[in-house]
Amino acid sequence: MLRQNEIMQTLDMIDHQHLDIRTITMGISLRDCCGSDPKVTARKIYDKITRCAEKLVPTGEAIERELGIPIVNKRISVTPISMVAESCDTEDYVPFAVAMDQAAAACGVNLIGGFSALVHKGMTMGDRRLILSIPDALAATGNVCSSVNVATTRAGINMDAVTLMGEIIRQTAEKSPEGEGRACMKLVVFANAVEDNPFMAGAFHGVGEPECEINVGVSGPGVVYHALQSVKGEPFDVVAETIKKTAFRITRMGQLVAQEAARRLGVPYGIVDLSLAPTPAKGDSVARILEEIGVDVCGTHGTTAALAMLNDAVKKGGVMASNHVGGLSGAFIPVSEDEGMIAAAKQGTLTLDKLEAMTCVCSVGLDMIAIPGDTSASTISAIIADEAAIGMVNNKTTAVRVIPAIGRTVGDELEFGGLFGSAPVMPVHDKSAERFVARGGRIPAPLHSLKN
Amino acid sequence: MKAIVTVTGKDTVGIIAGVCTELANLEVNILDINQTVMDGFFVMNMLVDLSTSTKSYDLVRDSLDAKGVQMGLTIRIQREDIFNAMHRI
Repeated sequence: MLRQNEIMQTLDMIDHQHLDIRTITMGISLRDCCGSDPKVTARKIYDKITRCAEKLVPTGEAIERELGIPIVNKRISVTPISMVAESCDTEDYVPFAVAMDQAAAACGVNLIGGFSALVHKGMTMGDRRLILSIPDALAATGNVCSSVNVATTRAGINMDAVTLMGEIIRQTAEKSPEGEGRACMKLVVFANAVEDNPFMAGAFHGVGEPECEINVGVSGPGVVYHALQSVKGEPFDVVAETIKKTAFRITRMGQLVAQEAARRLGVPYGIVDLSLAPTPAKGDSVARILEEIGVDVCGTHGTTAALAMLNDAVKKGGVMASNHVGGLSGAFIPVSEDEGMIAAAKQGTLTLDKLEAMTCVCSVGLDMIAIPGDTSASTISAIIADEAAIGMVNNKTTAVRVIPAIGRTVGDELEFGGLFGSAPVMPVHDKSAERFVARGGRIPAPLHSLKN
Repeated sequence: MKAIVTVTGKDTVGIIAGVCTELANLEVNILDINQTVMDGFFVMNMLVDLSTSTKSYDLVRDSLDAKGVQMGLTIRIQREDIFNAMHRI
């Protein structure tokens, strides 16, 4: 039989260290919903999503009860809508977002991703229409998430798309029904986007994915933080080993839940995304892990190295625990969703520039950052270009999810509520990048050899 | 289905009897028991088999939960798989 201390250790992780399964995300292909009549296509989108995901929430809740581990979110990702809607005789893609929103509500999921376009090399007619529809689509819906991939390591950076996305983010902020640019929480701009990411706002069901599948995202910053309490002052070899062992345990949970959910729903299991996803709750913070490793405040010198070690150790531990690892897999650093990051940003130690450096060594990028409401579209585009360059050159996923806080400025704070937390408005550089952004065109793909 | 029942709370007379009687009423077979008392705090883990029971998992879970409230204890049941996944390769 299992030893008593093993049982109690698991219970302690769930009860006191915020161990949970962050999301079960069902990926659904909508490629069979294309057609020329937009009304028919919107109805097909609604019907297919509700048919496939009908049992997603009750199944997730049943697994939660049997295993005794919280499964925080049940979500849906779909084929990028730019591809599904492209053959329709319409320029307005908002009704497709509304169909997604209604389907999500009918299924009881809290977010649905896939109002997306992949434009890293160029835009088709459908891609452009979708991107231009984003501000109205996000204003008209509550649960729909949108993402646009503007760069890859193989194709380079589509600077025309980068320029356009700066404007789209501003428009989305201005049209936010809740004010303060909040709709931008549901919009992310990617470089090297992955096709099987279960986390929002960037989840979409890629073209290489099956008809329907289950992807699971695990969490556990609190568990890692707790484990590090026992290795205070020890060398990095010991710290890395401790994180690996902890990541292994966390990921095994995810693997079990993913297999169980896939079996019950009768769809293939895709991947486990072994990310450390923080929440605003005390004790569930990635920043606090970095501070436990030894930096006084997250964002000071040493933070990037600490994060690099953490990110690598999480992957090494997790990859052994699951037969299919995918998604973003690594440490997330969303400012508003991490209690320690919020504190570090408020006191000015954690800056946008330091966060950019941190994104070179961890999964994803500048995430959930509130910037002044008067930040220009060209500055937002330049921020996106910087992040995309990091992703392109380092062969990794990077992203930008910034919230231009309309009517607010540095020193103010935005309260998002729930898992989205709260964000202090962070300063951006006031010098213009207008001429840089205005060039347009494409930044060529980097060399894949001569790497030094 | 095998599951782990965990009972925690302040030590008092009749905890094991109470929990075992409840499990018997629910037709759940107890395979193993591990129990300690630390500083007056009672901790018990039981490995149980639910395949002998005609009751649904949710009913067993809710009944144990109610019994816990009645006895001033925390009683929970979880499938054994979650612990095996975490602690056994």
